[in-house]
Amino acid sequence: MGEVSIERVGLSFKSRKGDDVVALNNLSLHIPDKQFAVIVGPSGCGKSSLLDIIAGLKEPTGGQCKLDGQVINGPGPERGMVFQNYSLFPWLTVLKNVEFGLSLKNVAPSERIERARFYVNAVGLNGFENSYPKQLSGGMKQRVAIARSLANDPKILLMDEPFGALDSQTRTVMQELLLGVWEKNQKTVLFVTHDIDEALFLGEKVYVMSARPGRIIDTLSVDFPHPRNYDMLTSPPCLELKRRIHHNLHTEVHKAMAAAAA
Amino acid sequence: MGTAQIALLKVLTPRREISRGLGLSAGALIAGLIFLFWCVLTYGGLVDTTFCPPPHRVLLALWKVLADGSLFKHAWSSLVVINLGFFLSSLIAIPLGIMMGSFRIVAAALDPVVNFIRYLPVTSMIPLLILWIGIGLEEKVAVIFIGTFFQQIVMFADVSAQVPDELFNAGYTLGASRRQVVMKVLLPATLPGVMDVLRVTMGWAWTYLVVAELVASNSGLGYMSMQAMRGLHADLIFVAILVIGFLGMVTDQIFKWIKAVWLPWAGQR
Repeated sequence: MGEVSIERVGLSFKSRKGDDVVALNNLSLHIPDKQFAVIVGPSGCGKSSLLDIIAGLKEPTGGQCKLDGQVINGPGPERGMVFQNYSLFPWLTVLKNVEFGLSLKNVAPSERIERARFYVNAVGLNGFENSYPKQLSGGMKQRVAIARSLANDPKILLMDEPFGALDSQTRTVMQELLLGVWEKNQKTVLFVTHDIDEALFLGEKVYVMSARPGRIIDTLSVDFPHPRNYDMLTSPPCLELKRRIHHNLHTEVHKAMAAAAA
Repeated sequence: MGTAQIALLKVLTPRREISRGLGLSAGALIAGLIFLFWCVLTYGGLVDTTFCPPPHRVLLALWKVLADGSLFKHAWSSLVVINLGFFLSSLIAIPLGIMMGSFRIVAAALDPVVNFIRYLPVTSMIPLLILWIGIGLEEKVAVIFIGTFFQQIVMFADVSAQVPDELFNAGYTLGASRRQVVMKVLLPATLPGVMDVLRVTMGWAWTYLVVAELVASNSGLGYMSMQAMRGLHADLIFVAILVIGFLGMVTDQIFKWIKAVWLPWAGQR
């Protein structure tokens, strides 16, 4: 199981100037088990903070999050996270990075290596088991990060703009790879991005988030069958969804800029 | 444009790589010029050779102290002192500095004291140290310790503070406890930075060593130099300086080598 309930979550903090900043306000969202959910929102809307709260890395100042009915307080291996970058352990080889979570759980070395190898192969990095992160390209590093999270067998995979730092060709390849992996071992995924194409190509459900304070302002079902092909993005129904998200986000971005100027 | 001109322009382009041969020749040229300058000054009779001896007299002096074993004795004495002081300082400064850089409470507790003492020249404490513990091994070790420790701890704290948050968060979300995050994420992440700080501060430790030996001592390369001054043996002072430079260079290479062999993964992330 991997069912997430976000219940009236709020997050506020004091800015450097001493003003109260409300990053998230009364945000509620239910993500059923095995769903590929995408949150798309403008920069600074608090979508990464929401992910940090679910991961247990940040405490909400109001409301609560639950995984399978259990209130989240603090991080745990059942909620894996893939960060935008700089998250691989540079002193460990690819295989050792992927083994990291398992080694913390005292899984026997032989089983550990076997499972790590399985996921290294799943992200297409066979042959690079003994390379160090500094020898890998940006896309390869993110593959390792995905394999490392999956090897831990989490109930939900939280992804914080994991392909945001990659060039657009690599990003497409990584999106296809992630979908392939997800199709094979269905897990709940909560993926955060500001890229509308990425949201539509990956998501079963796309949640559109407002500018600060972040709320969910629209929910879209992307009813395209799997396996998906990148051509779906230029099909009329998809373009219609894209237009709808675009319209919502555009309004939000203007609001955000007006608020920043005020 | 001729090929020579193009080659010159390439060399004068910032950050542009040059061939290994050219690099070595450039280094040899500068060293050679300095040596030549020394020869001209001394053999050309431009300076009083009592105060600035020519190269062959320095070589003879070197030979003499090598043959009678006194160079070895003094160099050994210096090496014992510097390594002891440096080792003790690093032993405490590494764990304390790493904690200072990553635990706010440790930083808050140590910052005022460390930052006060850090700006006190260790030389100002030498008279007090001599009063307390004399001019033996302990006093010189103490000078190196005090001089090195308060610089090291701030630099180790900086190394620790530079470890990206993402590494901690990756550790936590993979199931690491607080203790495991410290032992399996923070500590290994600081290793390359710690090695670099050790290398840099070792250079400073040499300075404190020589200061301590010049002020009050009965052995070591600094003492050897001081004795030579009293007897107007400028050639021996030259020998001491050259030996200190040589030992420093060797130490630096050893640190570089250890880092390359032990931490092959270090470099860009």
